[in-house]
Amino acid sequence: MNCLFEVAGMSKQYGKQLGCENISFSLYPGEVLGIVGESGSGKSTVLNCLSGQLEPDEGEVYFDSPTKGKVDIWTLTEAEQRHLARTEWAFVHQNPRDGLRMGVSAGGNIGERLMNVGHRHYGKIRQTAIDWMGRVELSEDRLDDRPSVFSGGMQQRLQIARSLVTEPRLIFMDEPTGGLDVSVQARLLDLLRQLVQELGLSVILVTHDLAVVRMLADRMVVMQNGHIVESGLSDQVLDDPQHPYTQLLVSSILQV
Amino acid sequence: MLEADNHYNFAYLDEQTKRMIRRAILKAISIPGYQVPFASREMPMPYGWGTGGVQVTAACLVPKDIVKVIDQGADDTTNAVSIRQFFEKTAEVKTTEKTQEASLIQTRHRIPETSLSEGQILVYQVPIPEPLRFIEPRESETRKMHALKEYGLMHVKLYEDIAHHGHIATSYAYPVEVEGRYVMDPSPIPKFDNPKLSNCPALQLFGAGREQRIYALPPYCKVVSLDFEDHPFSQLRADQKCVLCGADESYLDEIIIDNAGSRAFICSDTDFCSSRQANGFAGAGLGEAVL
Repeated sequence: MNCLFEVAGMSKQYGKQLGCENISFSLYPGEVLGIVGESGSGKSTVLNCLSGQLEPDEGEVYFDSPTKGKVDIWTLTEAEQRHLARTEWAFVHQNPRDGLRMGVSAGGNIGERLMNVGHRHYGKIRQTAIDWMGRVELSEDRLDDRPSVFSGGMQQRLQIARSLVTEPRLIFMDEPTGGLDVSVQARLLDLLRQLVQELGLSVILVTHDLAVVRMLADRMVVMQNGHIVESGLSDQVLDDPQHPYTQLLVSSILQV
Repeated sequence: MLEADNHYNFAYLDEQTKRMIRRAILKAISIPGYQVPFASREMPMPYGWGTGGVQVTAACLVPKDIVKVIDQGADDTTNAVSIRQFFEKTAEVKTTEKTQEASLIQTRHRIPETSLSEGQILVYQVPIPEPLRFIEPRESETRKMHALKEYGLMHVKLYEDIAHHGHIATSYAYPVEVEGRYVMDPSPIPKFDNPKLSNCPALQLFGAGREQRIYALPPYCKVVSLDFEDHPFSQLRADQKCVLCGADESYLDEIIIDNAGSRAFICSDTDFCSSRQANGFAGAGLGEAVL
């Protein structure tokens, strides 16, 4: 099987400050990869470099594009990068306000990506939006409401619907459950797990919450000070951590 | 006729400024629908009164020009009268109210009913040149969207209209696509006028003073109003006849004519209306009211 996404020796410096160094991993179709680490460990830097938002100083980021085959995304033109980001990729932000248009109705938010790729039939766009509202467990009669009158959990579900509507193959998620209370978190995780399985999505998931990784991720990498210190199957890493930092991380989880 | 004031350069602006504006206009004509930045000057009138249009007009004027100025179709409103007097005073050009006679027409929010002809220039006053502004506030982002021809967002705006009102409720400043490339704001003309933008024999220039942008439609350029397959573009016109000239195909203004709040519809294009009346056409009349 071909790799969907491959990172080789990627580094990023912010002046003298290290963002991340020598990051390498690969991701296969249908796989969920968790990136964990504490604040400041370089998780977000890695995610931004992978998703075309921040150019790395060194290393390659390959994506298996359906039209061009395996390409380094940082050799593509900006137009091609943005096209990839609209069609093949999706980005779920921690704060739904960053991913939604707060002044546009829920239906318009879901329909935006469709209209961006050239759909011009109002009835069909609306029907697709209704379908996706259902799939993320939002009531159909909220279709014409603005996300600003939605609760945090509903906004996050709307953001997921909006990202998945063009059926991307790869999703970047940045702390998708951050800022939600635990019961809402649990339902959102359930929903995500279901969608990932149904649609065969590949996910790169950045989080500091090991429970989220345990539930969603097949494999995980642990980052500390801009380096990957441990990687492997999620259950293996979480049940039998080898690196001292991972051991510390696993042992810091509060038991109820 | 007002007395000429010899302290002004021809058409108020200095020659270097006019050259700068003409360069922007030439660039705009060569890239139809593209917003060209220019170094907009302070004009002796407030922003929002047509400072962009006035600068474009000043840069285009030659002494033999005949100028017509309209505001919402009318020759006799404050904005139209003051701009007309401005050019009478600073350029000593002839002015007219007749659309056919004019070689340059500066307009605010209307295209004349009478068809324009080759050799005429129509100058629009533009408040906000960026059609994407109200959905995407970042200028850096909208420029990129124009450059990469990413116009899905424009349809999000129309989608919102249909979702909330059942039809495309945008009735003015209705976005258009120029020659299959740039999406453009046609300035706040009613969407009734949109079809006249396309394949027009006259040169159409758009000037936004505060926003410092000039854009243009060269003659006979193809302009398409955006729409959905199942909600096609449609013109909007009050289903009435003009009470003064009886016209049933012109764009109408609804006016209140007495203290009891009675209403009447009259042509917004005063030249069109009065020339019809001169040719013997008449409407239902205003009754007691005097305009």
